[in-house]
This record gives sequence, structure tokens and C-alpha cells, in this order.
Amino acid sequence: MESRRQIGERVRRTEDARLLTGRALFVDDVRLDGMLHVAFLRSQHAHARLTGMDATAARARPGVVAVYTAADLGDYWRPGPLLVPPPPIAGLVFNACTQVPLAKEKLRHVGEPIAMVVAESRYLAEDALDDIVVEAEPLPAVVDLEAALAKGAPRVHEHLPSNVAAHAVQRKGDYARAKQRAHTVIKRRFRYDRGASAAIENRAVAAQWDPRAEELTVWDTTQAPIPIRNGLAQLLGLLESQVRVVAPFVGGGFGPKIMMYYPEEVLVPWAAMKLGRPVKWTEDRQENFFATTQERGQIHDAEITLDQSGKILGVRDVFLHDTGAYDPYGLTVPINSQCTLLGPYEIPNYESEFTAVFTNKTIVTPVRGAGRQHGVFVIERLLDFAAKELGIDRAEIRRRNLLRRDQFPFNNEILFQDSAPLTYDSGDYEPALDQALELIDYHRFVREEQPRLRAAGRHVGIGIVCYVEGTGIGPYEGARVTVEPGGRVRLATGVGTQGQGHFTAFAQIVAEVLGVDVADVHVITGDTREFHWGTGTFASRGAVVAGSACQAAALRVREKILELASQELEASKADLVLAGGSVHVRGDPSAGITLGALAVKANPLRGAVRPGTEPGLEATAYFGPDRGSTASGVHAMLVEVR
Amino acid sequence: MKPARFDYFAPGTVDEALALLAEHGDQAKPLAGGQSLIPAMNFRLARPQVLVDLNQVAALSYIRANGSGLAIGAMTRQRAVERSDLVARAAPLLAEAMPSIAHPQIRNRGTVGGSLAHADPSAELPAVALALETRFRAKSATGERWIPAGEFFKGMLETALEPGELLVEIAIPPLPARSGTAFLEMARRHGDYALVGVAAVVTLEANGRCQAARVALLSVGDGPVLASEAATVLAGQAPSAELARAAGERAASRDVDPPSDIHASAAYRRRLVAVLTRRALERAFERAEKGSGEQGAVPSG
Repeated sequence: MESRRQIGERVRRTEDARLLTGRALFVDDVRLDGMLHVAFLRSQHAHARLTGMDATAARARPGVVAVYTAADLGDYWRPGPLLVPPPPIAGLVFNACTQVPLAKEKLRHVGEPIAMVVAESRYLAEDALDDIVVEAEPLPAVVDLEAALAKGAPRVHEHLPSNVAAHAVQRKGDYARAKQRAHTVIKRRFRYDRGASAAIENRAVAAQWDPRAEELTVWDTTQAPIPIRNGLAQLLGLLESQVRVVAPFVGGGFGPKIMMYYPEEVLVPWAAMKLGRPVKWTEDRQENFFATTQERGQIHDAEITLDQSGKILGVRDVFLHDTGAYDPYGLTVPINSQCTLLGPYEIPNYESEFTAVFTNKTIVTPVRGAGRQHGVFVIERLLDFAAKELGIDRAEIRRRNLLRRDQFPFNNEILFQDSAPLTYDSGDYEPALDQALELIDYHRFVREEQPRLRAAGRHVGIGIVCYVEGTGIGPYEGARVTVEPGGRVRLATGVGTQGQGHFTAFAQIVAEVLGVDVADVHVITGDTREFHWGTGTFASRGAVVAGSACQAAALRVREKILELASQELEASKADLVLAGGSVHVRGDPSAGITLGALAVKANPLRGAVRPGTEPGLEATAYFGPDRGSTASGVHAMLVEVR
Repeated sequence: MKPARFDYFAPGTVDEALALLAEHGDQAKPLAGGQSLIPAMNFRLARPQVLVDLNQVAALSYIRANGSGLAIGAMTRQRAVERSDLVARAAPLLAEAMPSIAHPQIRNRGTVGGSLAHADPSAELPAVALALETRFRAKSATGERWIPAGEFFKGMLETALEPGELLVEIAIPPLPARSGTAFLEMARRHGDYALVGVAAVVTLEANGRCQAARVALLSVGDGPVLASEAATVLAGQAPSAELARAAGERAASRDVDPPSDIHASAAYRRRLVAVLTRRALERAFERAEKGSGEQGAVPSG
């Protein structure tokens, strides 16, 4: 029954022909008859009271079809949902303040949308932005994390007593006792600056309401088309089946495109329904810098305690996390920092406390690592300082603290961002460390090369970092596999693609199970009409979770193929081989039947489908892991500073 | 980031372009490579009512020997200058500076005349033009004139060009014998606007002493700055590391009054002026002593 190995093989990417010849569809490529274009008037203030607005002149400008302010949205104006409720951490404080579609009384960050202009072209829409009169009273801005928490600091959300968005403490063991036994205690402050991702394709949304089909189609550069569909249906009072969200090719996601729902995402479809014409908005790069969510921005006061041999007794970390003006993504980012700090090391006593702080800055949501790297940075710097203080080689101090391969599964006794206990499923960390050291010829470098370079006045330093990354989180993804009468295989899954190579990777999985060519597996991703159960593409979960669903669906189809083929070929299933797009009896490749022919037989025009079976060679399957899977790695490098 | 409304013309000849500029006066803006004007229009910082696109005017794109100097048409792409053997031989300073202008994609579109007429104080070409005593040929519907480099740059994004006038050519004179040049700049990342840049030209006497020096600095004022104080330190002196250092210090203390901005403080810029001027002079002297001809091949940085 063996099929040719396809998973992990080097194959030509099946999506590249479309991408490289400009035939791949991106949202801005969507052009429809009568399409209108949108420009947003955005806050120029970090913090201000909105005291008045006059859009009369903008509405009167030729080519302008509509101008909407918060007052024009009526009941549709409401804060966005809390996307990820915080895990059940004891004693947790969490103040949910989610973004609003258009600012009403206060402006809380530069770039926050104030008004939406819909016009015959983007040019005209931008002309009309100049016509809108905004009266705003600037307020002192909350920028610095520590100043934000000072008594009497201006408040981003005035209904709250302070700028505290959340406060959480997670503990393992007893840090205070561990500290009493310590040989060495090292305390340091680490600052991690705010950063932003810049996908090549900025955000974009296009929407069309079809009054005859009573169906709304939304093209959205999102990492999560299915939740967007579900949310829009609810917001707009439609059945989920009346809303189709397509995330075609997405030009880079990096996290900000999982955010739901951006103001633009809820307003563009609403306007398309209200105006009865297709509407499109494409973010420009300037908007992208202010209005697309960002990340990082933490200050850690961290302490490590060790015994004489460099074994870690415990770590205590107290940090501030900048969540920006709103916190729709809950605590995913700071909890990732909190959990990832533990790394591949055995840290028996851990106390981590964070305060998430509202500031007058762009909203913070997961971006590229989603806070994990902050934790890695803190523990690895602490270990470097400890190595220096104790006179232990920096590689050796890491080695002494690595979890051993017989310690898995390893429970870290604190909660991860998916609300499950942070448990490492498996691992063997030391060989990776050895290999990394070998790759930079570490020992020889330290012994011979570095002193020689230093004597010559050259400053070449070493960086070694070990990490464990929680990936592949649930809840689930699904896939449907169908063998077409022509013999090609259709695979539909809910996760979209942002350049990861899903079209090829998922095809490889199905091709291997069904014994067909990768090129014969037609993959459809990110279109809720094709598959409408799932979550999205983030947290390194596409291959782990959706890939496993693809395999499960393909295995079910394989079973159907074998069942039918065993009747057709009058052979036992165990003797059948799937290869080259056909099924044949082992040892007799000439007497076989193609998958296409089987698909025709599985869906007869006359006769009957036997009781207990289903027509066609098709199956849908889901995969939902109990918890995320843990990946690990080591980075080692030599860097010269001139 | 869409420009305000404008009218667009794409003339095929210089005369047509001049006629359009004459007709529309100060409402018109010539469009060369568009690497500065188009972003400014998209930000709506510039709102010209008429664009006269010069990209169809093929006659303005050339690099020619002009005696032993050079004549370069205003619409010549920066990339063409960068790749020109003629430029490398006749104006090695210009050749050395070209790779510091932004990125290849920008140099593929950006033009020599466009950058000079834009007169951004942090641009490389104005400083190089000043150091090389370049002359600017300006044409209008009613005539033509030559403007020396010292008079061409008038201030921040400002030149001596009048409404209706078009920069059509620059002429770079040949360097005297025993001359050497060097270009250096410091940017946070290659391709960024320089925090400070320096273009140096030195000429030695037969006895090896410095006969003349022209040092032009960029990103330190409203336009390219000629370091004339530094030049007086050098005149008549024998080149040495000490002399280069003294000239650099003089340039920093007497020739410039650099701005502070988010990229660098005035004090840091002043320090860069001293260091980069010293290094550029050392390099230029070394090249002058070796004799010209091979200096284009010396890597910068």
C-alpha cells in the first residue's frame, strides 16, 4: 500500500507560476462595475477630546457619494469584540477596552479613524478629507510606560481609575525561598522597544452586496477569513451563509492581519450594503504606519538566582507591557513573553508579574513572535550576565540548565496563551546546542580567534540563544478532499495563505496519502464558500493543525478509494497499491483503475449508492490538538562591531 | 497618499517643454525622474497645477566628453552616470558618489538634473557639483544662460532657476593635473539620507604642496556648503595626516552650522564633518600623489 514519499521532499512550488506572472489575486486587484473608493480621515493627535465635526463641505464635493462619522453609524457603532478572553489566572485584573469603528468623543492614537469618505475614486475621496472640519482639544499624551502609571497621569480611558489594562501574576514553586539559598543573584532591567511589521501588501477590504442572491462578498487581506465572516454576519444581521469572505493571496500577514475587526473591516461591507454599490479601501503605507496594529514595547525588571555551579534556582520577572490605546487581543502578547522566558531550561521556581498599560499609541496585537522573543531576550541576557559573574562559559551555563530528554512531557505549571498549561510535549535540546556551537566553531573561536582579534583591536562578540517556541495551537482546523472525475484532487481548507507555501505543502500531504502528483492536487484556501469551519493562519499552526486535517481527510478518501477499488478489482484492500493516480493490485501495475474512473463509479447516474456509503470520493476531517506543540532551537552567531 | 488634481503634459522636445513652462509659469513643475516630486505630491506637500513630464524628451539624456571635461544632459538617469566609463575617467568624484544615492531602483529612475534642480540639502549631487565647479545650463522660451555652481543653489529646495526656466545640461570642467578627489558619507543604513557627506577635490603643486582644495559638505545646512575655511588651512601646505585633521577640525568649527533633528544632533554632525573631511582629504591627497586615472576604482566607505 506504500505511496511515494512526498512530504518533506523538494518540489516545485505550485503557487509560484501565478504569483510570479501577476495572475495571483490580491484584494486591490478586485475591480467591479460601479465600485466606490474609500479614504479615512484619521486622528493627527495622540490624545484629544473631539469637540466638533462638520462634513458638510465634504458631502457637497462632486464625486463624493457619502461621508460617515460616528454619529452616522447609528446602532452599527459599537466597540469591537474581545477576541481572546484572558486565561483563568488567579487574581487576574483585566480591563477590556476594544477599538471603535469611528472615534466619537475622544481620539486615543494618531491614525485612529474619525470619518469615512466614499467617493467615485480614491483621489476624490482624499480631496474630500481636506473639506472635513474637525474640532479637537489636545490632551496630554500617555506615551511612557512608567509615567503612564504615575499618580495623576492623564488617562487613555477615563472611565477606568488608571491606565492599567491588566495585571497578572503566575507562579511556579517558591521563588522567595529559592532566593534565600542562592549563591548568586543577578538583577537587571531590560527594555524592548515598540516595533511594527510592514507587510508588502498593506491591508485592504472590498465588499459587494448582491441584492438578488442576498449575499455579501467580502475580499479581505486577513489571516482569519472564517472568524471575519462569522463576525460580519452577526454585526450585519445576516446568516453566516449569506456572507462570503475571501482572503485570496495575502501579501504577508505577520500577525496584524489576524486582528478583528479593524474599523475599516466593519465599515466597508456596511457601506457596500447601505449604498448598494461595491466599495473598496486599500490602506496606503502612511496609514499602515499608524493604523495597523503593532507590537513590542516592554520594560522588564528581572532577577535570576543561581547556585555556585550555575544551576538556576529561580527567576523573578516584573514587567510592563505597552498594549496601546485598546486591548482587543487580550493578553496573548504578555502571556507569551511570560511563558517563553522559561525556555528550554529547568527553572524550578518562577514568579512572573506583568502590568499591561494603555498608552496613546497604535493598538498592540501579536506581531512576528507575539511577545515570545521578549521572554527569550530576558532569560538569555540573564544567563550571559550570570556566566560572566560566575566565571562559567556561556555555552556551558546553558548546557547545565537544559531540560534532559527524559523529562518530557514537561509541565511548567503556568498557563499559556491558549489557556492550557504550558507543557512541553517533547524535546532534546543538547544536540541542537552542540550543533550550533560546532557551526560557529565556538570553542576554537573563544580559545584562539577572539584573543587574536582583540589584540588586533577588533571587537567580535558571540551570541548564543536557546529557545522553546509554543506553536501549533488549537482549537482546530479542517479540510475537505475530493477526487474529481478527471482524476485531479481538490483540497479545500479554511486557513488562508500569506506566502507560507500552503498550496504546495498541503498538496504534498494529500499527494503522499493518495499516490498522486503534487501538481494534481488543486488547493483552495481562505474562501469561506469553499470551507467555512476554522480559525486562521497564525502561531505557526498552518502545517501542524491544518496540515494534520488535510492528512486526516485524505486518509478517509483513501479508505473510500480502497473500498471501491477492492470491489472493482476483486482484490483484497491489503493487496492494493495507490500510485501514479491509479490503484492496482500489488505486483500487477497493468491491471489497475484510475482514481478518476473510481470517482465516476462512486457517483453513478443510475443504479444505487449502496446503503451505508456516501457518493463520491470525498471526505471532510478536522484536527484539534489538546495544546500547542513545542518547537525548539538554538541561534549562535559571531558579530563584529566596528 | 494620492496627489491633488493636476494637468499633465508630456512634450517630446525641449522647445515644446519650454513653451509649456512659459505658458503655465509658476503653476507648472517639470517632472524628471519623479523620485522626490511624486512622493511630495502624494503627501500633498507639493500641489503643482501642471506637470510637464520630461521623460519623453530623449534629447536631454546624454553623457558627452566636453574637451577633457564632461557634459551631461539633465534627463540622464543616475544609473547611467554610475555605469559610465567616461564619467569614471573624466569625473571620478561623481562616479564615486553615485552608489551613495539611495538605492539602484531609485537611481534607475532618478536623473542628474532632477536631483540638482530639487536641491535637497542632503542630496549627494549638489555637493559634488559644487566641489567640481560645475556649470548649469538653463534654458527658457526666451533664451539660455549658464549659472555657476556657487550661484545655482540658493537655499532649502531652492535654486537660481526662474519660473519658465529648465535645467537642460551640466558641464563639469576637467581637473587640473595632480588632482585627487574623494567622496564619503555616513548614513545609518546604506541608501538612507546621509547624516553628513563630503566631496573633496585637491590639486597639488609640482613640489607636492597643496595648490587648491574644494571641499563641499552635505546634510549640514540649507544646501551644499563649501568649506572655504578648511580650504585656507590647506592652501600651500604639504599634505599630511596632521594637515587633513586640522582642515577637518576647521571645517567643523568654522564652515558649518549643522541642524539637529531626529536623525542626529548638531554636535554629532559637527563631529562627522571633522572626521569625514579628514578622511576624504587623506584619500584625495593620496590619489593626487598617485596621479589620477585609477581613483575611480578605489572603493568608498
